[in-house]
Amino acid sequence: MRNMSVVDRTRTGVSATSPEPDSGATAAPPKPNAFECKRVEVYYGQKRGLNGVSLDIGKGEVTALIGPSGCGKSTFIRCLNRMNDPIPGCRVVGSILLDGMDVNAPDVDPVELRARVGMVFQKPNPFPKSVWENVAYGPRIHGLANSKAELDEVVERSLRRAALFDEVKDRLHEPGTSLSGGQQQRLCIARALAVDPEVILMDEPCSALDPIATAKIEELIDELSGNYTIVIVTHSMQQAARVSDMTAFFHLGDLVETGPTDTIFTTPRDERTEGYITGRFG
Amino acid sequence: MAQHIVKAFDEQLNSLDAKIAEMGGLAESMLADACDALSKRDAELAAEVVTGDRKLDQLEEEVNDIAMRLLALRQPTAGDLRAVLAALKISSDLERAGDLAKNVAKRAITIAKAPPVTPLIGIVNMGALVQGRIKTAIDAFVARDAKLAMDVWSSDEEVDQLHTSLFRELLTYMMEDPRNITPCAHLLFVAKNIERIGDHITNVAERIVFLVRGKLPERERHKEDDSSYTEVRPFKKEN
Repeated sequence: MRNMSVVDRTRTGVSATSPEPDSGATAAPPKPNAFECKRVEVYYGQKRGLNGVSLDIGKGEVTALIGPSGCGKSTFIRCLNRMNDPIPGCRVVGSILLDGMDVNAPDVDPVELRARVGMVFQKPNPFPKSVWENVAYGPRIHGLANSKAELDEVVERSLRRAALFDEVKDRLHEPGTSLSGGQQQRLCIARALAVDPEVILMDEPCSALDPIATAKIEELIDELSGNYTIVIVTHSMQQAARVSDMTAFFHLGDLVETGPTDTIFTTPRDERTEGYITGRFG
Repeated sequence: MAQHIVKAFDEQLNSLDAKIAEMGGLAESMLADACDALSKRDAELAAEVVTGDRKLDQLEEEVNDIAMRLLALRQPTAGDLRAVLAALKISSDLERAGDLAKNVAKRAITIAKAPPVTPLIGIVNMGALVQGRIKTAIDAFVARDAKLAMDVWSSDEEVDQLHTSLFRELLTYMMEDPRNITPCAHLLFVAKNIERIGDHITNVAERIVFLVRGKLPERERHKEDDSSYTEVRPFKKEN
């Protein structure tokens, strides 16, 4: 469980109007949301993959999406930066607001959106280029740096934020693919950080990594939270418990329950949530 | 709740329940035997209770072992986590209850050596009442019945009332004849020990409510033990 002082854990993700427990006159104002999603449905052709999910994602918080395979958690996270767009026959209904902006509006450029909402995948996928080029690529195509010196600066800063710089500073011009699996994943995180995103989406970022590399990514998530909003899909419930502030449980395309992670893992409200997290047949 | 996908997880949780039930049964029979030994002035039975306490201590150790293994190897969550935490706490309350029953038995041996002074019906009734509460609490634990646990939780008042009246009664006997002081002083402790067992069972009931509902009983429990404030003044002799 993460440090309580980092973020307000009393906020519930289901609805902005949920009463806060023990909120007296001294209660802090509600934290702003990075994403506000209302009745999001996703169709693959005629088949519905997500049945009207409403979920707010708090700014600077780590939100974990958990649930069995095929429950819709990956489908949902991919809606947040329009990664479902290229899938033929895929249609997204409902509203997804990023800082009040409708991400599905026709005038929104998905490339710009993905610079604000970066993504890290299950399998590390560095470009077949040098470590330096992997990180410099984004800032260069988005015009975030004007000179080689500026790019050098961005590359170093991003690698430092991804807790990788010290390990690769003498190997910046070796191929990204020559790094270890855990280093490659942190390189992908550095690549996402290089374009200065607000949100980082992580789709099972540790499932191909060993426990030590996993711990390094989890430590990194902890360090990045606060400055970045992080949404992580994970099959490891212990990982969700360790890294997240809020947890959302998906089942058969429904958002079953969401709340502070410590509540979900000690006293969940829904029987399906309890069945899943305790390892019972649902 | 459905069964775990991993069957060994269920088996370990069930073994925890079985140990707690066994501890409850043992604590209950220790208290019953101690009260029996007291009323029948049976020092032999009392001595059996004293040695029987070792078994209860051993069971508590076993509960700790199983719970530690469950926490380390299964990382229980939600209801499973609360079951392990409840078992840890309940076992230590039951172990304390056994210690107190043992103390009743030890005093029963001493009291059996002194001439009989007072009718012991009050203490025996109190013992029977607490014994019934242990049994109901364990039933509530096994059945995960929060309502039944709440009944146990609220029923401590009666024990407290009995304790207060016994306290007053024993003080009166002591004032009547100083030769009563030794047995009555022991009986005061016997009554206090039984009352303390009642308190531990109240804790057990609270843990069961937490286990089932995920939160402790909300209202304040009404307390009736006024023995701390009780005084009995001797009659002034008129000249």
